[in-house]
Amino acid sequence: MTSVRVNPDALSVLDRPNSYIGKTVPRPNLERLLQGRGLYVSDIELPRMAHVVFLRSPHAHAKIVGIDAAQARAMPGVIAIVTGQELAAVITPWVGVLSHLKGLKSAPQSAIAIDRVCWQGEAVAAIVATSRAAAEDAAEHVAVEYEELEAVTDMRTALDPATSVIHASLGDNLAFERVHVAGEVDQAFADSDEVVETEFIFGRHTGVTLEPRSVVADWNAAEARLTIYQGTQAPHMVQNIVALHLGLREAQVRVVCKDVGGSFGIKVHIYADEMATYALSKLLRRPIKFVADRVESFNTDIHARDHRCRGKIGVKRDGTITAFEIDDLTGIGPYSMYPRTSAIEANQVVNLVGGPYTSKNYRARARVVFQNKNVMCQYRAVGHPIACSVTEGLVDLAAMKIGMDPLEIRRRNLIADDAYPCGSPSGLRFEKLSHHASLAKLVKMMDYDALRAEQAALRKKGIHRGIGIASFIEVTNPSAAFYGVGGAKISSQDGVAVRLDAQGSVICATSITEQGQGSESLTAQIVGSVLGVSTDRVRVILGDTDMTPYGGGTWASRGAGIGGEAALQATKILRKNILDVAAVILQSTPDELDIANNAVVNASDGAPRIELNELARVVYFRPDTLPPGIQPELMATKHFVPREYPFAFTNGVQASWLEVDTETGFIRLLKHWVVEDCGTIINPQLVDEQIRGGVVQGLGAALFERCIYDERGQLTNANMADYLVPMSGEMPDIDVGHVVSPTLESELGAKGAGEAGTAGAAAAVSNAVNDALQPFGVTITEIPLTPQVVLTALGRV
Amino acid sequence: MKAAAFAYARATSVANALDLLAAHGDRAKVLSGGQSLMPAMNLRLISPELIVDIGELTELRGITVRGDVLVIGALTRHVELLKSPDIAAHAPLLVDAVAHVAHPAIRNRGTLGGSLAHADPASELPACMLALDATIIVRGPGGERRIAAEEFFTGIYETALAPQELLVAIELPVAKKGSVHFFHEFARRHGDYAIAGLAAQASIDGGRFAGLRLGFFAVGDRPLLANAATRLTGVEVSAAVLTEACAALDAELDPQEDQQASPEMRRHLARVLLKRGVAALLGRPELGAGATT
Amino acid sequence: MPISLQVNGERVEANVLPRVNLADFLREHLKLTGTHVGCEHGVCGACTVRVNGEIVRSCLMLAVQTNGTSVETIEGISDSGEIADLQAAFRDRNALQCGFCTPGMLMAAQDLLQQKREPGRDEIREHLSGNYCRCTGYQAIIDAVESTARARMGRTP
Repeated sequence: MTSVRVNPDALSVLDRPNSYIGKTVPRPNLERLLQGRGLYVSDIELPRMAHVVFLRSPHAHAKIVGIDAAQARAMPGVIAIVTGQELAAVITPWVGVLSHLKGLKSAPQSAIAIDRVCWQGEAVAAIVATSRAAAEDAAEHVAVEYEELEAVTDMRTALDPATSVIHASLGDNLAFERVHVAGEVDQAFADSDEVVETEFIFGRHTGVTLEPRSVVADWNAAEARLTIYQGTQAPHMVQNIVALHLGLREAQVRVVCKDVGGSFGIKVHIYADEMATYALSKLLRRPIKFVADRVESFNTDIHARDHRCRGKIGVKRDGTITAFEIDDLTGIGPYSMYPRTSAIEANQVVNLVGGPYTSKNYRARARVVFQNKNVMCQYRAVGHPIACSVTEGLVDLAAMKIGMDPLEIRRRNLIADDAYPCGSPSGLRFEKLSHHASLAKLVKMMDYDALRAEQAALRKKGIHRGIGIASFIEVTNPSAAFYGVGGAKISSQDGVAVRLDAQGSVICATSITEQGQGSESLTAQIVGSVLGVSTDRVRVILGDTDMTPYGGGTWASRGAGIGGEAALQATKILRKNILDVAAVILQSTPDELDIANNAVVNASDGAPRIELNELARVVYFRPDTLPPGIQPELMATKHFVPREYPFAFTNGVQASWLEVDTETGFIRLLKHWVVEDCGTIINPQLVDEQIRGGVVQGLGAALFERCIYDERGQLTNANMADYLVPMSGEMPDIDVGHVVSPTLESELGAKGAGEAGTAGAAAAVSNAVNDALQPFGVTITEIPLTPQVVLTALGRV
Repeated sequence: MKAAAFAYARATSVANALDLLAAHGDRAKVLSGGQSLMPAMNLRLISPELIVDIGELTELRGITVRGDVLVIGALTRHVELLKSPDIAAHAPLLVDAVAHVAHPAIRNRGTLGGSLAHADPASELPACMLALDATIIVRGPGGERRIAAEEFFTGIYETALAPQELLVAIELPVAKKGSVHFFHEFARRHGDYAIAGLAAQASIDGGRFAGLRLGFFAVGDRPLLANAATRLTGVEVSAAVLTEACAALDAELDPQEDQQASPEMRRHLARVLLKRGVAALLGRPELGAGATT
Repeated sequence: MPISLQVNGERVEANVLPRVNLADFLREHLKLTGTHVGCEHGVCGACTVRVNGEIVRSCLMLAVQTNGTSVETIEGISDSGEIADLQAAFRDRNALQCGFCTPGMLMAAQDLLQQKREPGRDEIREHLSGNYCRCTGYQAIIDAVESTARARMGRTP
């Protein structure tokens, strides 16, 4: 990693001797994962625990005429078979809407379908048995009589008057529509030298977390408390919602989140089958375990990105982009997901298109429609890959039209690095971005001119390689603007409590969660740096609503920026409290003292004065030796939420270098570069690996991943052999560079980095493919770019 | 997802296995390496009543050379094909092919006999059997049958093997001196089933094919020994001859549609494979370079 | 059915139903939960273990088939110290995020390193191409395996 700091601050609490900030420190939780000693939900077993299997609808849309479970109930190991109607006695339905997404509507959804199933895979009955295998055996003998209804599958015709309406009470299949107009769009197109318009198609895909969604719910009837073991990104959100729908107080619900086998936004939602599992535990008064199998993961984990977006760009001959226009359509399945809703992705597309550029003329429409397919919702980099592919695809098409190099058109239109703070035509506010510095760095890293020369030389030999560039902006550190203002009880605050233990180590409880990003590590690094102790003396506790402060969790790239700042502020207080006591013990003043290397030292010369373990011994065991009236406080808690900006925008740029076999349509990725600006970098290795992992998820969307539905709403590739994700053999090495523009909203200055890789990868690949295919006069604006798509575009098949 | 319950019998000999199969017919399934059977059972796509595990039948193992015949036991695992010096010397096409079969952990369990009996039209080894002119040896209640590879594969997952029979070995003529081979497949990712593939074995005399066997796979309901090879044999191969051969190949194909490719695309890729294969076998890159339409 | 086998060097006698696969046997009967189950149809590689020294997908093998064999899991090869260097390389390179694929990935990587002293990056990528990782993008894993190979050759990583 290399980085350039564009606006260095004065020395802060982070710029201390032995600071861990900006250093690669191995994550403290890795050893247990490396030795197979982690604890994932699927590993958990409790006394009297039973297993639930959900019988799922084979139809995309059908009335449930009757369920006959008599034979199944008599099978070995079966404890209970519960229908939606029966479960409704202990859990209420929900509606996934938010008030700030004006006009968004959805229908009440139940934990288990009651009268009607609305997608293939919706649960119709729960079979609880002594083992998963026994429950599956019984499930084969539950007879459900269905009356098939017309399935609405094609989003393009979902709003046609001839198409049946999925939820009659809603009047039509339109869940949400947003129209946004800024500037003088028609005039701008009229004044353009060229106007390019095309349709971009994005395949529906999903997260494929390697550990499927899993829950163990344990209702202790005697305590009247429900303990939920779940790999969730947002424990307090789950706590709140479970309490609401099971008629409990939050204090009666504990959510414990141990190791999580991948999440990427898949595990931040409330799923019907998980709600059913909580309710079954309460109903049956025993622990119930649900572990989705891979087929039901494909059928029920949220899908994302099923968009068709018409895009239009105007450009002048000198390269000036005059206007952007989009018309986006997306199908979200039969319900808006709860509680974050399924309108956020389309809303983000409207927000983000054209975001990196100076053009002020922008018109957008987004429509979100219901269909009888699995639910769609927020997955890593929500909306970003669509907005970026549309924007950057249009910019490249415009450049091609006027014969300008793709780099040059970006140089002429990206918002200048000294123009901040400023706003976007969609109303976003940018505090400080670095598009030009990032682009300049990318060009250097990839040696753009040499690559162009190589491309030209190979083209003469019939080898078709392409370079694709994609600039992007990324939403991170969300404030209440994301969900809270719309009425969702999802905390935008995060909190950290730190205390010095009796041997001078630090126990730190944080409300952010860990799914592999390095939340534990970055928290320890911040606490260790601010306090002056080594990270091996910092124990971080996460993922337990009984043990940690209240907070949002880890999603939307908020862990480092929000949870990290809370850790910083809490540790500052603890540090002050320690120095106050130390001054008393040492008969000095706090100003003359500091903490370094696990000891209180002289601020002047760093000479050790008292070890922290000795100070703790005095405070905890011999407070009688302190002067009268001294009440030491070796624990501190702070919360943080961004208040000035609703989101901390980051930016970056990606480049792809690839080869297209124009005879076969196969694409070989040769190299990928990313330069991004997430502000203060706490742990460079963790940031780089977030970027790389994110890029590869984006490359999956670009080349491989697609949920293939037939016209009857059947998902036809719901297994790992047919749904293709990127594997090591096809992935390129990815070089990552950084520009550093810290946010001034926090002392830490960190912004998020989790979405950046995914945001721009597909756009870079698409642009590279179109660059490679220039000699053939062919452009493709559809992903995944399968060999079939490429060969079809080339007219070979 | 867990496999449905079944009874399990560990066969103690081929005769014992045949007795079990005779008693249970198509309610029984033979478990060899299990790398295709187990996924299907775990997904409950099939639920046999009895599993006959032949894994311990040492008489079905081993690779031996008898004169100019290579005999490979049905239980020979992919990894053994990959590492055997006899295979490398006498049927090197198999080494190239096996490297494309799934992944190391699968190749450590999957067997030759299992792959042939499963007869997935997209798998590599059946096509190799055609290219290598193999004889499939099966044993049943009525004794041993020897079936030419061309007669063995009869459709998607269908073979000439009867439910009461067991595939015990295959025989191949050892590769002659001066013979060459070509293996290539188009698959989306390493180890995936091919969209189209070609296993070819040839002998070359004076720059011409003296013999040429082209085993295409994933381009129909079974592997195809292409007659188009006759157009290329004994003649000076020019671009025009190759184009004719491509047309002849096209007429032989009946490709299926699936999520990866349309029939048209499979036809196209088969033609590309033919051109590239011939170019590689003859050592004339120019033949493979031109556009294939 | 009664089976008798070695698991991580310990003798195990058990009675299992024929339908129990090796992954479930290890996890549910022996509580060796380091072997992970990601797909149960032989694709993801998370359940990779060694049987008689060779890596296999434990979801594609019946427990009854392991009668008389020696099975090694991530717990076993961690405790023996066999892959301590590889694990250290994974840790230093952050070659895991959620860690769910890691036991299987380590099994496959060690298998390669035992067969090939100094594999190239492409060979590493190919050997691991049957092991899903959704977090890392693979590069860190390739780096860690490459540096372990070099270190085992006595060279600086």
